[in-house]
Amino acid sequence: MNWLDNNILTLITFAPAVGAVLLLFFPRRDRDIRVFALVISLLTFVLSLHLPAHFNRGLAGFQFDKDVSWISSPNIHYHMGIDGISLWLIVLTTFLTPLCVLISWNSIHDRVKEFFILLLILETSLIGVFTSLDLFLFYFFWEATLIPMALLIGMYGHGRKVYAAVKFFLYTMIASVFMLAAILWLYASTNPHTFDFVAIQNAIQHGELANLAGAARWLFLGFFVAFAVKVPLFPFHTWLPDAHVEAPTAGSVLLASVLLKMGTYGMLRFNLGLFPVQSRANASWIVVLALIGIVYGALVAMVQPNMKKLIAYSSISHLGFVVLGIFSFTQAGLSGAMFIMLAHGVSTGGLFMLTGILYERRHTYEISEFGGLATPMPTYASFFLFIVLASVGLPLLNGFVGEFLALSGAFQAKMWWGVVGATGVIWSACYLLWMYQRVFFGIVKHTENNSLPDLQLRERVALWPTTIMALAMGVAPLLWLNTIDPAVHNVLAPFTQFASRVVGQ
Amino acid sequence: MMAVFQTVPALPQSVDYVRILPEIVLSIFGMIIMLLDPVMDERRSQRMLGLIALVGAIAALAATVYQAQVRFWGLGFFGMIKVDAFSVFFHFVVIAVTLLVILSSYEYMEVQQIRAGEYYGLILFGAVGMALMSSAMELVLIFIALEISSISTYILAGFRRRSAISSESSVKYFLLGSFATAFFLYGVALMFGATGSTSIDLISAALADYAGTGHGPLLAYLGVALMFVGLGFKVAAAPFHVWTPDVYEGAPSPVVGFMSTAPKAAVFAVLLRIIFEIHAPGGPWLIWVAAALSMSIGNIAALVQDNVKRLLAYSSIAHAGYLLIAFASLPANGIPAAMFYTASYAAMNVGAFAVIGHFAGAGERFVTLEDYAGLGKRSPVLAAILTIFLLSLIGIPITGGFFAKFYVFSAALQGSHPLVGLVIIGVINSAVASYYYLRIIVVMYMRESRDEESPVAPISTGLGFALGLSLAATFFLGVYPNPVLKYAALSVGLLH
Repeated sequence: MNWLDNNILTLITFAPAVGAVLLLFFPRRDRDIRVFALVISLLTFVLSLHLPAHFNRGLAGFQFDKDVSWISSPNIHYHMGIDGISLWLIVLTTFLTPLCVLISWNSIHDRVKEFFILLLILETSLIGVFTSLDLFLFYFFWEATLIPMALLIGMYGHGRKVYAAVKFFLYTMIASVFMLAAILWLYASTNPHTFDFVAIQNAIQHGELANLAGAARWLFLGFFVAFAVKVPLFPFHTWLPDAHVEAPTAGSVLLASVLLKMGTYGMLRFNLGLFPVQSRANASWIVVLALIGIVYGALVAMVQPNMKKLIAYSSISHLGFVVLGIFSFTQAGLSGAMFIMLAHGVSTGGLFMLTGILYERRHTYEISEFGGLATPMPTYASFFLFIVLASVGLPLLNGFVGEFLALSGAFQAKMWWGVVGATGVIWSACYLLWMYQRVFFGIVKHTENNSLPDLQLRERVALWPTTIMALAMGVAPLLWLNTIDPAVHNVLAPFTQFASRVVGQ
Repeated sequence: MMAVFQTVPALPQSVDYVRILPEIVLSIFGMIIMLLDPVMDERRSQRMLGLIALVGAIAALAATVYQAQVRFWGLGFFGMIKVDAFSVFFHFVVIAVTLLVILSSYEYMEVQQIRAGEYYGLILFGAVGMALMSSAMELVLIFIALEISSISTYILAGFRRRSAISSESSVKYFLLGSFATAFFLYGVALMFGATGSTSIDLISAALADYAGTGHGPLLAYLGVALMFVGLGFKVAAAPFHVWTPDVYEGAPSPVVGFMSTAPKAAVFAVLLRIIFEIHAPGGPWLIWVAAALSMSIGNIAALVQDNVKRLLAYSSIAHAGYLLIAFASLPANGIPAAMFYTASYAAMNVGAFAVIGHFAGAGERFVTLEDYAGLGKRSPVLAAILTIFLLSLIGIPITGGFFAKFYVFSAALQGSHPLVGLVIIGVINSAVASYYYLRIIVVMYMRESRDEESPVAPISTGLGFALGLSLAATFFLGVYPNPVLKYAALSVGLLH
């Protein structure tokens, strides 16, 4: 282990925060600030490429491990490490942040400095969520994402932005209090007291925790509620459309592409990782909620008059697939869930960037305000079509692989889960393609749309990476799956005895 | 405990003076200010006297550090004073707060056009009383120290004498405060009646005789209850909190920052002695009720406040409540938790009031929540700093406020009789509290200000230092709380 491998996670996590601190001392020259934010986020991305390049695919368990004592009472460690699950989520975050900077180049012209500071702090806390292996550290980063995100929505959003920001904040804050309670319970009942994920996992597996039998159900639910609100799972989803519609483009991109994944990542890591028995016992109702989310999200998306709200509801539907895949407890289901998380991050990020570009030109998201846009904006229309098809799940694009795997996992677990889930694929084709038709095809209905300028170079630079990734992930999914599979296998290890039984049914 | 008398010499020795060195330094500088004030030109005296006070506070801090050496620990002045980790800790907190308040008063006094040199003198004298409270081992000396600190704060509260609410604040504080100290004195008298002494060591020894029987003499119960009334008033614990919002609203903002932290820290030190060293009969029960009431009343009332100073007044009542939870816990965990809480509360609250005082402008015109609309745009630095202090008051990780709450709650949950009920009340209250702190942040960043034009004055050097230091302390306590907690834990063995 050389120095870089030891400290790479720390570097990646805190590079954006250091950038934010440096930005504090910048003079208020907007251009310099934008360029600097771009440089920092690109630098972070380049650093993060070290991870997949040097990741040992043959090893189970956590890599790039860094564990030092931070505070002795309570016993908190600065423990970071990644496996095949968190690896790609980190890269996804660092991949999208420079694009967010590019897409906000002109749309943010007021309080520019604060905007980029918040964006960079948000990046640090998002990466921190995926790298921490100490529950306390995890909880800290988890909460730390809230403040910059809420401020981004509240300060730079439009319409009922304050309402949306406060709603977002309160929903997630209140839900995560339950997780904190569960974390503190685990800390108090381990001996010696520890917040360390690996140590707690071992203690649970070896039955070393006293009173776990009675408490496990509540601990599982404590973690689950926090994650379910974040995903968001069906009855907890109402904050999402509000937050998305009012958020600035960059906020929406990170919200949909990364923040939601914190919830599903949490389920994979903590619910399945710490409480396999409870996960198994609660799977049936969770899957029902996920299925409701898939169908309900799709149906609501279908009737939305607002493009951004439509995409927001489509996220609820897509994230339903992820939860379905996770709680199918099959290799295919979990790998598929992981793959959807990445694919959805790329394609929905792209969709939000595209709608943001349109908003900059017309200051509206209403579908009825558009129509026939393919004539004045042909390049834009092509990009949009490509991303829509990726999102729908066209074979050879990224959406297909994940949905296929997740659904095959669901079929293996229970036939009817797969049947109901599969309708979601059809629904998503309906609402996305219908939206595309109404916005781009036909004649130009509103004369002001005739003069809309097509994409600028900066916007193309922001869009190309997502389209390339959408294609690459669809053509060569193994590049991603060969790190995801061993990690997922590891998560599933405690489930194997009943996993095989399920397959046999 | 009777060993106290064997070591007492006939006359104070030089080491005795080291044991009250910070108090001596503060008094000398206070007197210099009082002597210079009448002979100096009124226009120029402000800066000069402020500077002297600043030097005094720094010197006193240095004296505290000097005094902290273990060879100076022990009883002094015939057992009236005790220097140990406990007293050094509170000396440090009180004097550091004094330093910050002097730094932030500099600019405030000029903006408010208050030309009165005695302001700084009174702050130093107040600090003498507060410092003395934490090292006093005699109920009578505690009473005297309490009065020294109270009288200075009564006057300081009324310093904006052209403003009616400031005078109201001062008179109200004075009348109710004197009443409360009378209660304390009455309690001391009853305690003397019950045990035949006013020395904390001797009282403790006398009450220890009753330890086997499970109950103390009735007079001791009454004495503790009455002392608690007096001290509860000073820390603004419910049900003795009624004065707080009015006084905090009227008093000058830096003074509020001062009196919501330093005297409270000192009185909490006294309370720690009375609860844990005397093993006050009936104490835990009193504390339980006061803590639950303070948290609930403070937070619920704060929800509906539109004046930021009143809002933070109610918040300070609530924080007294959280702190009192530690007093109901086992000493081994409760004492360090309480000490840590006073330190971190001091750091964030002094900072918050320094921002409020700066923003309030001449005549403290801008103190309602509406005035803060758009502050994030008009003065980003000030808004960001206030946000950090408010997040710390909520108890968000990596700020001192988080570990303060964490230690208090975990102290309450340890031991064979965990205070689950009190902790649940506390956690619910913390959740409620986050609403009104966040309200300020929301208003600052997400509301447009009514008049875009009114500029916020730039931050002066003194205030900049004060804010920087309190920010640094808030983050230090939140990122690396170990050294402070360990030092506080040294007192566990010393107190009982």
